[in-house]
Amino acid sequence: MKFPYSFPLTRSFCLYLGQVVLLTGETFTSIFAGRIRWRLVVNQIVEIGFGSQAVVIITGIFTGAVFTAQIFFQFNALNMSSAVGPVVSIALCRELGPVLTGLMVAGRVGAAMSAEIGTMKVTEQIDALRALAVNPVDYLVVPRAVAMMVSMPLLVGECIFFALTASYYVATQILNVNSVFFLQHMWFYTHSRDMVMALSKGFVFALIVVFVGCQQGLTTSNGAVGVGRSTTEAVVISSLTILMINFFLTMGLNIIFPAGGKF
Amino acid sequence: MSVSHVHCSQGNLIEVRDLRQTLSGQEILRGLNLDIPKGQTMVLLGRSGGGKSVFLRHLIGLMKPLSGSIRIEGEEIAQLEERELEPVRRKIGMLFQDGALFDSMTVFENVAFPLRERGERSEKIIRDKVARSLELVSLMGQEKKMPVNLSGGMRKRASLARAIISEPSCILYDEPTAGLDPIVSDTINRLIRRLQSQLNVTSVVVTHDMISTNHIADRVSLLREGKIHFVGSLKELHASTDPLITDFIEGRSHEID
Repeated sequence: MKFPYSFPLTRSFCLYLGQVVLLTGETFTSIFAGRIRWRLVVNQIVEIGFGSQAVVIITGIFTGAVFTAQIFFQFNALNMSSAVGPVVSIALCRELGPVLTGLMVAGRVGAAMSAEIGTMKVTEQIDALRALAVNPVDYLVVPRAVAMMVSMPLLVGECIFFALTASYYVATQILNVNSVFFLQHMWFYTHSRDMVMALSKGFVFALIVVFVGCQQGLTTSNGAVGVGRSTTEAVVISSLTILMINFFLTMGLNIIFPAGGKF
Repeated sequence: MSVSHVHCSQGNLIEVRDLRQTLSGQEILRGLNLDIPKGQTMVLLGRSGGGKSVFLRHLIGLMKPLSGSIRIEGEEIAQLEERELEPVRRKIGMLFQDGALFDSMTVFENVAFPLRERGERSEKIIRDKVARSLELVSLMGQEKKMPVNLSGGMRKRASLARAIISEPSCILYDEPTAGLDPIVSDTINRLIRRLQSQLNVTSVVVTHDMISTNHIADRVSLLREGKIHFVGSLKELHASTDPLITDFIEGRSHEID
């Protein structure tokens, strides 16, 4: 008797996935058809990209610092303290940089998107857009999607840059690692494809945050309670999806850009 | 009280046939038929929750009917896709119950929004048109305010200015006087009349406010159980001896205290 209970969950999951995919499809159709309001894109880049910098920089600095310290404590016992640089650098490029930036942006931007669009939905502003012959996807989702696709790779890069700077400072100034060894090894073992991996992950996470956030907003109902619920769901769903997709991205991208090789 | 604009009537702007709609398993519209003549104000009366607003939303394609036909100037819109509806929507303005102003924009930007979206680039033309539109709703000097800083009546008037700025041939009003004090209600009623006489628009007004109805209506219809129970002139409405109509006009519920 237990078995049929799994059906409603499966059904609502498929329904949700379908809605997100349809929204994504509609958005990209609009983008390729050139229905982009550049003024709104610029506004959103300021809001999303520029506005998220403080959060991303602080995340980067402290992650880089603590990760360096912890790696140093372990490696120093094995007399491998000069390996701290490359380990921190590769871990940040391939995993920590994009994932942490993705999670922070999901919390800050995904929540804001879903709250803003959700409020517009429950106060009939979305219907007002439609009644004024303006397509809500073109007006609300397209500028946010374009802005996110532009901003996220830059934010990931920024996060990694500040993390590595913090790492260099902690390693050389506080933990007395030789700065020449640190930089030399870091430079030698970190390749441009590690950076390519970081930026591609950032791009994919941007899509997850923007489409989950906008989808939650556009399907909000039940007034203030509904807005609260869809905001929470936007953050939870996009954060979990980022963590899950990240695993598959790592496995997939490792085939294209294998770790340890040259270039 | 009743002003008849027979000379304006040249056929129907909107024709609705056998419209059916179900919301969360409940039948809201059960085969509704209604003709709305061009250039007249049609008031749709009915009890709260009776499907009046739902009906109104069908006329501009915000909801898709289960079945039935909606023709606007002879064009069938009931099963059109979202993007195919845009040309129809450009001909129709809608006043939402709470105004539905964009709360991230000032009053000026709200009213200018339809013009900008339709490709108007000249700031001078936009300024002139917004000023004229705001003057028509007696809301001059409020351009810089944000919608949250306006009273309910002002929000509705600003929203009306936004609806009329692109000179639609038809305006749909969703409860234009609900929740307003009698004086502001009267202003709104006069505005609806004035827009009709100055711009010769067709208006569809959903309300349960009898004072407003007496003021603005050319024709009145009564929605009951998802169908049009009565349609006629204001005079015919008041002359009716149908108990359902007289109860509605005089506000009797037949409940025993």
